[in-house]
Amino acid sequence: MNWEAILMTMPYMTVVILFMIGLFTVLFKKNLIKIIMGIAIMQNAANLFLVSLAYRRGEHAPVFTSAESTEMVMPTAHALTLTSIVIGLATTALLLSFVIMIKKHYGSINTDDVRRCKE
Amino acid sequence: MNIDIVQHSPALILAVPLLFAFLTPLVDRISEKGRDALFFLGLIIMAFFVAIMAYEVYTVGEWSYVFGGGTVTPTGADSSFFRILFVADGVSAMASITLTISAIGAAIYSYTFMKDETGLNKFNTLFFLMVAGVNGMVLTGDLFNLFVWFEVASVSSAALIAFKTYEGKAVEAALKYMIISVIGGLFFLLSIGFLYGQYGVLNYQLLAENITGTNLDKIALTILVVVLALKAGAVPLHFIIPDAYSMAPGSVTAVLVVASQAGLWVLFRVVFTLYGVAVNTLTIGWIVIVLGILSMFIGVTMALVQKTVKRLMAYHAISQTGYMLLGVGVGLAVLGKPEMGLYGRTAMEGGVFHIINHAMYKGLLFLTAGAIIFKTGIRKLDDLGGLGHSMKWTMGFFIIGALAIAGIPPFNGFASKLMIYKSVYRFNPLLSIIAMVVSILTLASFVKVFHSIFMGPKDEDIYDTGDVPKPMLAGMTILAAFVILFSLFPGAVVSNIVEPAVEALGVI
Amino acid sequence: MNWKMSLVVRTVTNFLIVPIIVFGIYLVIHGHLTPGGGFQGGAVIASSTALLIIAYGSLGKHKKDLSSMEALGLTMFILIALFGIGSTMFYNYLAGTGGIFGGVVPEGANAGFINTGGTVPLMNIFVGLEVAAALSLILWMMSKETKVLETEKSSPSAEGQEVRD
Repeated sequence: MNWEAILMTMPYMTVVILFMIGLFTVLFKKNLIKIIMGIAIMQNAANLFLVSLAYRRGEHAPVFTSAESTEMVMPTAHALTLTSIVIGLATTALLLSFVIMIKKHYGSINTDDVRRCKE
Repeated sequence: MNIDIVQHSPALILAVPLLFAFLTPLVDRISEKGRDALFFLGLIIMAFFVAIMAYEVYTVGEWSYVFGGGTVTPTGADSSFFRILFVADGVSAMASITLTISAIGAAIYSYTFMKDETGLNKFNTLFFLMVAGVNGMVLTGDLFNLFVWFEVASVSSAALIAFKTYEGKAVEAALKYMIISVIGGLFFLLSIGFLYGQYGVLNYQLLAENITGTNLDKIALTILVVVLALKAGAVPLHFIIPDAYSMAPGSVTAVLVVASQAGLWVLFRVVFTLYGVAVNTLTIGWIVIVLGILSMFIGVTMALVQKTVKRLMAYHAISQTGYMLLGVGVGLAVLGKPEMGLYGRTAMEGGVFHIINHAMYKGLLFLTAGAIIFKTGIRKLDDLGGLGHSMKWTMGFFIIGALAIAGIPPFNGFASKLMIYKSVYRFNPLLSIIAMVVSILTLASFVKVFHSIFMGPKDEDIYDTGDVPKPMLAGMTILAAFVILFSLFPGAVVSNIVEPAVEALGVI
Repeated sequence: MNWKMSLVVRTVTNFLIVPIIVFGIYLVIHGHLTPGGGFQGGAVIASSTALLIIAYGSLGKHKKDLSSMEALGLTMFILIALFGIGSTMFYNYLAGTGGIFGGVVPEGANAGFINTGGTVPLMNIFVGLEVAAALSLILWMMSKETKVLETEKSSPSAEGQEVRD
């Protein structure tokens, strides 16, 4: 087996596995809190994908303070990931607030009961 | 200190709503009248900057604005490589004009519509944030910045849909809208990752020069088309639109229409500018045409059986989105071929003109529906009736909107639909016939709605003298005035506003 | 409506709040030198609010103060960005000059000097202020909604309107 190739692509395989787990949770679970957890797992998978895109072999983290050497990874992807984490926090907070209000109005957080819009 | 306001206008269009959004809670602690005054002041200042930018784009030409750079225009690939760019061209000018007109009409309308609600300072903040988000989506020239504004727009739209938190259905509609938008945003982020990992740049222009048609590019294009069709509300990804539009407060729905159309603008930019002739545009064109036909047909047939006013109008919005997709899809399918000069350009101009027409008359229709609900408190069509005796102005505006949406001459809906019919017929006659049948069904549906709301004897249960308050009428008048203005001078609108947008998309 | 924990927990909380907030401020101020910055430091400061809510049960009457702090932080952020409109928005007009955070940055790997960076540390401070206030508000509103052990219910609609991010 080509161990080197498997090692090099392991972050990407992890991303795919995490994303699929999150997607299956959103599609097939009926509890609203579990759906939101699935969304959080998907957000983590997307962030991991962005960070692992930037890695080059033998280079270090892009911090100038007390740096070991000046060969550094390009930090554009890290900036994108930070932005994505903040956006993920805001959307999770909003989704959880909606679930709290739905529990107050409907009395349950099962998606089979939260269906009154069609009447 | 010489500040060239015209050069800085893209950034100022974005900075003014953000600044006023954050100033509103501070001013609200001091006085309430100040908060309302700040609301209108912010929108009027933003309209001023939009007018300056549009005038400069239409007379001089397009330009890019680099954030944080030393000079305003990029001086080559190195200096603007890592920075965020805003692009001011025909597309951004047209989309900003549409958004400004809708936002000002909805803001004047909501002065009395939302008077009885508490927490109004949060409404103003969220409104400004949504306007800033939609403006950012169409003004930006960078893919990741697009993702950021996409998320800002979807978060603030969802919070505005759920504004009336004492109704359980509004919160449910907002939850569904939010979940689907967030998952769409995550897929968007994945496709940005694919493109960034291959080419290392995220700028529209640099990416368009470097892109080739590898398999990963095609996967990224598929994901982008699906996510943006989801935001715009094309069938078969339309499930969030009816719930969200019907449960939002009246003035918010009028701006939500423009927010969904921002998804369409970005879709056109991605497919034309970013990919261009790197992939087989005939296939993608046919996919967009099929999405358009499905949206038109399914939208109008589902609208015929609805029993609530706003849900019916939401399905009609889906159907009209199909017209825009059809027109631009035909233009995409003949990109780069000689037929483009014959009918492709007219099809694109028809599709793009339909976008601004639709925002005007659909916004007007949603505002009238909000006025009816404000006055009577009833949403179902069966219980309404005989309102034409007391709500004369609202009935007049409804007639204008209904005739415009059905494509009756001389209104502006007819002008853009005629351009679509003419050019699509030469591409494939069957598509044009389906479009005409859908238009007839739209007319039938609106005749039914008009009859059941306004005609008939006075219903003693809901009869109330007088029309809705004056600010609501003023908001509706603004949108109706633009509908009539576009109906009277469609040629001038097409040659001044629509053609620069079509040229900016890369269609010669 | 009070749900306090025991005296031991409250005393230790009083003790521990100070290091947490100092650590958060350290992360915010050194954002241009080490990993950190506005959002990360603000999140750490907001975790001290979580500790306060768990130990004391409520935050008292400070809701409007937190809301104003958040709005103030964001307004100053946009205003600082707008002052660079001489060349473009968000331009770093304080870097290299002798002003507040102006100092010349030595090239290459160095030990890190705070007095550099220009507008970046200023923006970090305001963003940290805003994030701390916003996350504290979110935590507090959610904790008020989900209290299970009270005898009377909190009023349904007036408290549940704080749904923005």
